[in-house]
This record gives sequence, C-alpha cells and structure tokens, in this order.
Amino acid sequence: MNTADYKGLFVFIQQVDKKISSVSYELVSEGRLLADELGYQVTAVLLGHGVTELSSRLAKYGADRVIVVDDPALETYQTEPYTRALTEVVLAKKPDIVLFGATAIGRDLAPRVSGRVETGLTADCTKLRIDYADPKDTSSDRILHMTRPAFGGNIMATILCPNHRPQMATVRPGVMQRTAVDNPKEAEIEAFPVAGLDESINIDILEIVKKTSAKMDIQDAKILVSGGRGIGAPENFKVLEELANALGGTISSSRANVDAGWIEKDRQVGQTGKTVRPDMYIACGISGAIQHLAGMEESEIIVAINKDPSAPIFEVADYGVVGDCMKVVPRLTEELKKLAAEKVN
Amino acid sequence: MNIIVCAKQVPNTQEVKLDQTTGRLMREGVPSIMNPDDKAGLEAALQLKDKCGAKVTLLTMGPPQAVEILREGLAMGADEVLLLSDKAFGGSDTLATSSIIAAAIRKMDYDLIITGRQAIDGDTAQVGPQIAEHLGLVNISYAEELEIADDHIIVKRQYEDRYHKIKAKLPVVITALAELATPRYMTPGGIFDAYRTGQVTTWGRADIEVDDAKIGLTGSPTRVFRSFTKDLKGKGQIVNVDTNESVEFLLEKFHEKFII
Repeated sequence: MNTADYKGLFVFIQQVDKKISSVSYELVSEGRLLADELGYQVTAVLLGHGVTELSSRLAKYGADRVIVVDDPALETYQTEPYTRALTEVVLAKKPDIVLFGATAIGRDLAPRVSGRVETGLTADCTKLRIDYADPKDTSSDRILHMTRPAFGGNIMATILCPNHRPQMATVRPGVMQRTAVDNPKEAEIEAFPVAGLDESINIDILEIVKKTSAKMDIQDAKILVSGGRGIGAPENFKVLEELANALGGTISSSRANVDAGWIEKDRQVGQTGKTVRPDMYIACGISGAIQHLAGMEESEIIVAINKDPSAPIFEVADYGVVGDCMKVVPRLTEELKKLAAEKVN
Repeated sequence: MNIIVCAKQVPNTQEVKLDQTTGRLMREGVPSIMNPDDKAGLEAALQLKDKCGAKVTLLTMGPPQAVEILREGLAMGADEVLLLSDKAFGGSDTLATSSIIAAAIRKMDYDLIITGRQAIDGDTAQVGPQIAEHLGLVNISYAEELEIADDHIIVKRQYEDRYHKIKAKLPVVITALAELATPRYMTPGGIFDAYRTGQVTTWGRADIEVDDAKIGLTGSPTRVFRSFTKDLKGKGQIVNVDTNESVEFLLEKFHEKFII
C-alpha cells in the first residue's frame, strides 16, 4: 500500500432521527485542527435518508465538504447497510484519516469498516495529535497519534497505524471541544449514491423504544452534583438534586450507585459511563477510583466532599472538604437558597 | 444448537492501584479473571442450553495460563473448551486477534457466537464485530436480552437513548452487555470435574488456516507507540473543619469563581 495515495480527513457524521449527534460536531472541530496541520480538507460523511439538508450545519464547525449517502436503507442505523455505504466511500475517496464518535453506533460500525478495508482502528481516543511516525526523524511521515486510556483508565497508551490506510479512530464523546470556526465558508455537498443498499439489509428491526429522561443530559450540564457510595442511600440523590437545582445543574453518579440500582445508567460518569467536563463538578461521597477520574478530571473546577481525608478524589480536587456530604450539602443548599432570595428582594 | 462463547482472561483492573509517589502501575498481586462481559455471555449461552438444549463451547486466545478461565467455564457448565495459544499469536491487535479467532471458528460448527461487548483491560469493543466481519456474519452489538425462536434470534440491542428489538436469522454474532445475564457460581462438583476430568483442547498456529500476514505483530496494523501514566493535576485546597465552616469555605470559592 502506498500511504501517500491517501489524503484528507473524514468524519463519520452520526445522525439519529435526523438529528446530528453532538460528538460529530466535536469531531468536525477537532478534525479541522488536525487537517490544518496537514493541509487537508475536512470531509463530513453523512449517511441517512432525507438528511441532505443537515449538511449546512457542518460548515460552521469547519467542514469543507459533505459527502451524503442518502438512501431509504439508511433510515435507521443498521450495521450492514451503514458498513457497506461507508466502505464504498472510503474505498472510492481514499482518506488518510477517518474519525468516528465512540458511541453505540460508532463502536459497532467502525470495527466492521476497519475489518472490511483491512486497516487499523484505535478505540475510545481522548487525544489526537499529528506528529512524525518517528518523532526523531523529520523525514518520516506525519501521522495520527491516537491516545487513549487503557487498563481500565490506569494508563494512557498512544497508538499509531503506520503502514495501513486510512488511519481510523473512535473518539469518546464529550472530550473534544466543539468550536465554531471564524468566517465559515459554505461546504461543498457531494451526493454519493451506493447501488443496491437495500439488499444489504440482513436484520429486521421489530421495535424501537426510546428512553425518556426528564433530566438534563449530564454531558450538557454546566454544573454536576455527583453522588458516590458515601451518600449512604438511594433517596439521598434527592438531597443532591436540590443542590443541583440551586446551582442550575443536574445530578450524576459514580458506577457503584448505578450498579446498585440507585440511579439510572445514563447518569454514570467514568470509564464505562460518560465523560463530562462541566464548569464545576461536585463529587459527594465519591472516593475517586481511577475509572471515575477518567470521566471527570477535565472538569473546570472540581469540588470534593468526603469523610475520608485519604480518598483519591482529593488528589484531583481544586477545593476539598473533609466531612460528611450528607451534612454539608443540605446546609450549602440552604445558604444558596437564602442568597438567591436576598437577590430577588 | 451449537453455541461458541469467546472470552478473555483479564487482570482485574478494579484492583489495580497506582503508586502515589512514582505514579507507576502496581501490577503485582492483581488477580486475573474471566472478563465480566464475556462471563455474562457464557451465562446467556448456558441459560439457552438449560432451556432448549445446546452444546456450549468456550474458547479463549491467550498465554497458557489463560486455561484458568476455561476451567472456570467448565465448572459453570460449558461442554467443551478450547485454548488458542501460540507464540505466533503474540502481539496481535484487535484485527489480528479477530482473524485468528475467526479462523478457529471456521473449523467448528456454530449457530450462535457470543462475545462480551468489551474487555476491561483494552475496552475496545472491536473484536466481536471484527470476528463477524471475517466470517461474513451478522453481528448484533450491545445485547441486553436475547431469545431464540426456531432458526432466528431476537435481541434487545441497547443504544444510549433507546433500544432496538432486532430479529436475525442464525448464525449471528452477539456482543453481550454485562446486563445480559448474571453469571452463575461454579458448583463444587463442577470445579472438581473441571480440574480432574475436564478436557482442554489447545490449538496453535498449525491447527488453523490463516495467512501469516494477518496474525501476530506482522498482521497488526496498529502499534503501541508508548504508554504512560497520567499526571494527576496538582492538589488543591483541602479543609478539614466543621460543617458550617465547610459551607462558608465553599460559598467563598463559588463567589471567587463566579459560580454564584
């Protein structure tokens, strides 16, 4: 394989019910930064049915071009038609780099595409960078350095794909910054029909059931009040929720409380949950296992309240309070409410 | 019905600690276990066996000591176990690993192949779908429930905000979430038999048909360039005072940072 034949950076745009997932915008933004290092265009690859009009939203974050495969077989995500459509695009256009969100779709689609085109894939990256394949040799190719947590978040590993193309990565949602570019241009839109996609359908989707949550998505929250085992009982999440309400945020949780059935899985922060970077993260009764820290240590301000002064959460906290969170939190909420009432008066 | 379950022996990453002064990983004394998602997959297979009769084969790829999880599988109720072990398999990334496992499965009878969604040491979730890709089979990832109806399988497939109930014709590859099934305990008799009479088949490089260019280090498109421990951010301001003073401290910081 002549790696020099592969050029450009592609981002798989995930849309569900004709709504682009936020990780896809994050990846277009990140892709823009990486592509500028290499003098590449950023191409967004949008798969779906009746989705062409979504293309215009991608230029704002730095997409130069949008390739659209619009086909009834792509209406709802299914592994095989999506794999086939994306593989055709990759084989025809020969990108150097392809990025996917590490979502329940991306982590299903990317391995199948990588298997079909026989290239490498690095999962769940949290940092991407362009550097020489051999940093000591400035005549070596400038390639993608993909860094990801491994060993349950205990170590970080930087992975390269030196001799196969495209270089492919899935990237954790919520990690890359979504930033609108200055002076966005209009993106070129290219329709890319793939013949016979309906023949690729090899499953029946009998039913689609959406989970409805009245609460704010923890990845969108500016303030998170997060509970660990130290809150003592499932009903104490209500106490945290009152603080979250007073601060205009929402509640999240450590894995232990999710596993214990105290709170829904979509509230879980950490290696096997979601990655969050709110303006402020208040960890209440969370000891701070490395798997938890992996999901929240990029938060702007970290506050920890824990009885155990040796809890690892204090190692990452900007402000720590050694004490019982179930005593501190209600008092704090009360004071905040008083302050808010004074402001109104 | 023939069910093949793929499992991996992993270090129990929950028990790994970092040396706070050197920042090094303390690997000593970390127990090895059957990867939790894989164990849920094995349990789901055993439940199908209990319900409608099936032959359950558990396979793993790894060093000779990976046989431990196969013995555990036998003690839980697996009918046959297979260890894929060879120096030539060492250094395989997910693509090469899946090529080796797929080559082994090609020699076996199967109606259903179950892998765990992801292993707790690598967390890639790639090997299951890549096995399916090499075998040209349907894969259904993130399975939370499954049932067999004649020659079809019906799977509850999880997404972040929804699930799809999917029906597919066998054979298929399923990747199991831990929620799929709660693993049973080994029985004392099962443990006894697993160690005394349990047969472990071992296949090496010569036992499978696969291109040398697709396995091991040579067959792996990705390379680990370096690995390192994360720098923990500097310790902030910690107070150990009574509740009222703690609240005052936090309010003051919220003001300073314009949170309130």
